[in-house]
Amino acid sequence: MANAPTKASRPPPRAPLPGPIEWLRENLFSSWGNAALTVVALLILYWVVVPFVRWAFIDAAWTGTGRDDCLAFENGACWPFVSERIGQIIYGFYDVTERWRVDLTLIGLALGLLWLTMPGMPGKRPVGAVMVLAYPLIAFVLLAGGFGLEEVPTTRWGGLLMTLVVAFTGIVASLPLGILLALGRRSELPVVKGLSVAFIELWRGVPLVTVLFMAANMLPLFVGLSVNKLLAALIAVALFSSAYMAEVIRGGLQAIPKGQYEAAAAMGLSYWRSMAFVILPQALRLSLPNIVGNFIGLLKDTSLISIIGFFDLLGIVQAGATDPEWATPNTALTGYAFVGAVFWAMCFGMSRYATHLEGVLGAGGRR
Amino acid sequence: MATPLRIAWWRRRRTRDLLFQAALIAGVLLLFGIMANNAIQTVERQHIATGFGFLDHTAGFDVVQTLVRYDETSTYGRVLLVGILNTLLVAAIGIVLATLLGFLVGIGQLSSNWLVARLARSFVEIVRNLPLLLQIFFWYFAVLRALPGPRESWGVADAVFLNNRGLYLPAPVAESGFGFVMLAFAAGAIASIFMFLRAKAVRERTGRVSPVAPGTTALLVVPALLASAAAGFPMSFSVPALSGFNFQGGIVVLPEMMALVVALATYTASYIAEIVRAGIEGVARGQTEAAQALGLNRGQMLRLVIVPQAMRQIIPPLTSQYLNLTKNSSLAVAIAYPDLVSVFAGTTLSQTGQAIEIIAITMAVYLTLSLLTSAFMNWYNARVALTER
Amino acid sequence: MSTSAVEITGLNKWFKAFHVLKDINLTVARGERVVICGPSGSGKSTLIRCINGLERHQEGRLTVEGVELSEEIGQIEAVRANVGLVFQQFNLFPHLTVLENCTLAPMWVKRLPKREAETLAMKYLERVHIPEQALKYPGQLSGGQQQRVAIARALTMEPRIMLFDEPTSALDPEMIKEVLETMVELAETGMTMLVVTHEMGFARTVANRVVFMDEGEIVEIAPPEEFFTKPKSPRTKEFLSQILR
Ligand SMILES: Nc1ncnc2c1ncn2[C@@H]1O[C@H](COP(=O)(O)OP(=O)(O)O)[C@@H](O)[C@H]1O
Ligand SMILES: [Mg+2]
Repeated sequence: MANAPTKASRPPPRAPLPGPIEWLRENLFSSWGNAALTVVALLILYWVVVPFVRWAFIDAAWTGTGRDDCLAFENGACWPFVSERIGQIIYGFYDVTERWRVDLTLIGLALGLLWLTMPGMPGKRPVGAVMVLAYPLIAFVLLAGGFGLEEVPTTRWGGLLMTLVVAFTGIVASLPLGILLALGRRSELPVVKGLSVAFIELWRGVPLVTVLFMAANMLPLFVGLSVNKLLAALIAVALFSSAYMAEVIRGGLQAIPKGQYEAAAAMGLSYWRSMAFVILPQALRLSLPNIVGNFIGLLKDTSLISIIGFFDLLGIVQAGATDPEWATPNTALTGYAFVGAVFWAMCFGMSRYATHLEGVLGAGGRR
Repeated sequence: MATPLRIAWWRRRRTRDLLFQAALIAGVLLLFGIMANNAIQTVERQHIATGFGFLDHTAGFDVVQTLVRYDETSTYGRVLLVGILNTLLVAAIGIVLATLLGFLVGIGQLSSNWLVARLARSFVEIVRNLPLLLQIFFWYFAVLRALPGPRESWGVADAVFLNNRGLYLPAPVAESGFGFVMLAFAAGAIASIFMFLRAKAVRERTGRVSPVAPGTTALLVVPALLASAAAGFPMSFSVPALSGFNFQGGIVVLPEMMALVVALATYTASYIAEIVRAGIEGVARGQTEAAQALGLNRGQMLRLVIVPQAMRQIIPPLTSQYLNLTKNSSLAVAIAYPDLVSVFAGTTLSQTGQAIEIIAITMAVYLTLSLLTSAFMNWYNARVALTER
Repeated sequence: MSTSAVEITGLNKWFKAFHVLKDINLTVARGERVVICGPSGSGKSTLIRCINGLERHQEGRLTVEGVELSEEIGQIEAVRANVGLVFQQFNLFPHLTVLENCTLAPMWVKRLPKREAETLAMKYLERVHIPEQALKYPGQLSGGQQQRVAIARALTMEPRIMLFDEPTSALDPEMIKEVLETMVELAETGMTMLVVTHEMGFARTVANRVVFMDEGEIVEIAPPEEFFTKPKSPRTKEFLSQILR
């Protein structure tokens, strides 16, 4: 073997790059049927994109302070509605002089998330722990008041702030609950397993709207004293999303080979230690893309709290659009376009991140 | 035979497990007990009625769309039925449309036509990443409310009209002799099924392929046509027509329902499209080469190899999307389409104040639907698992 | 306190209705090395796994280093602290480095401080000749190296008994030798070992006794010389003729 002459490797022959004409022919007009499809697609694009661009940009009112400035632009967006109301859209009815507290909270959230999602940042574990354990408390004090800060009742929270509060609380609370439920569902103890299954299937079997109705109408009866309305809604959202989280994590747990459980047990690790050090780190890593997927669903679902009377991002724009001060044929649509853009950017960003994670986990496999 | 070691009962693992589980049950019962106690006290303090007697009381409010007879004298029980039927109606129409659109877009995503694939992909990425409620508001407040009034309706062939009051469609009205036509149609349908099965048996026995489509289609259409000709075409249409400020005749689809159906169908379609794409891609990757090696052509490959296997992957998540659509139809309450949540957990609750009973019933309805769906999925998965090996 | 490392009497086990271990009697002395062989499905793995409580037996008694496996709380953990197990599929923890794989149990079961656990882990990684791989992840190692890490990981608990369940069956041929050599070196330290393997060379040179199992029974127990040259049972003969060829 050692002395056998080897053939020198050479680079592969290069295929000529297709020119634009060939590209068009191959991808758009390869057959009559294909050409017809191309024409149909072009027509759809023309009917949807052109009117939208005209409405949103070309024919739109860009400056002004009231509805009169928009009425002149019959077939275009009324952007002054958004720019004039941007304070309310972000902060709700939060006291104007105290808005810096919201800013601080949101900046903290943004920094923490950036740190955790950027590849190669050091110290992700401590930062993650701070974000999950300490940040919610700090954020609560900052937003609600206390410790020398003026109190701002939750009834004055709204807009983007409200949306993020509900989404973030749902996420932070549903992770530990979801883990416990997922472990419970795989337990060998029949009572633990039965209760977990019942809990998970109950919440997954009913729409969030009914759960929110329950929080608004039934929870006060059960607790017996008047509960903060927002707190009730937050509890409902957390319970609801923990059931979905449990199923996602259970998927991760099922993907861990049996040998890992056995190796941990054979070393003499107790159940909780083998879960904490061996099984969950791997299972959570595997389910991360789906967990992010759950977060996207939760973020979109936060808009439902407007149905039980909160003014979240969508709710406050909806309320503003019916305000006679701004009533124009285009106000509502403008508001929806803006809210849609904000939601879309957040959700699309997260879904891209999930796809990226899938790639990393798939390619790197099990390190 | 060795005598087993004797261990005091309280040192046994089983004892510990039993005690732990007993404590858990006790804790849960305690929690429920406290909640029930609180609820009873509050209900008494606020003089709210309890029990399910209210279902027999007269509701006394109007519901804008009812599939069964309903009037001011009807009971809350009737309201519940009306709500459930309206929910099921929206869900059924939504499911059909979402499936059609979803498969179209899902296959479109795999099209070799660059533009079509991009268009399909953009549809999925846009629709999937926007809150459903926002989309419902968009269709309801921004699109349908912005339509012209009845006098300036958009019409097609003077029979279909669209305006801001709804979509007006001609309604078929059966006249005497219609049953005879239905009978002929049913007979034709049964005959065409037999023809199909026979052709399949012949193909399997002899390998001879004979086209069945023309024959079965003829069997479906011709007997029904002949029968209606014989009976003097016993069906007429009630066509909507403008009288005064509004349309009379035909059937009207409320704008609330249109908005809800369109939003639910497009939103769910974006998820179905992804399921379809993943299903086909997942199968095609490994099986295309095998099928080509067997010498099947592209059409046979799709029909005999890819689609049957892809459907196996597609059906379970598809079913859960149907369930999601049904649950999401509860967003109807935001635009006051009279679904279960809107008329029962909404209006009925605020009139009677019996939150516990009403929300329990509402949730039970959805839970039943969920359990039925997962029963179907278990059955399907068990069947697939059986045929898999 | 008995002088035997493992004492199995009248052991029976069922999977549902399937009788997988039938009346097993086996005593392994301290420092003894026993090789278990037999056709696939004969219950070898199940027997090994019973010894450290990964599987529960329904009848009979099983005493490991004087501790009887029982329903008593804490008993299994006490037995496992004395018994190391090496699997066919290595079962290293892929999310932990080699060093972390080896320090996990000393830190959390024996409650050693991290420093001491690491010193201990390095000692055993040196014993299996791969200290330089300590900071790599299992996925970056070859199969043979992974199996040696698995041996080191089991040794860091300083067990009195080591169980091996076909430790070389999942390895490419060129890696079997390095793992077997490690095991021979371990045998030379006087460790009590129960090894399920079909490596007959290993059985000949290392084992004190060879146990042949078939259909859940122990068919024959004999010293290796006798086992390979003068098997008593026709079932043993047939088995040997198949694997020795
Ligand atoms: N967890 C289990 N449940 C049911 N049957 C099992 C299980 N584990 C092993 N068996 C069966 O028990 C028999 C013995 O298995 P095993 O001990 O792994 O055999 P060996 O290691 O000798 O090949 C086999 O027939 C196997 O199918
Ligand atoms: Mg085995």
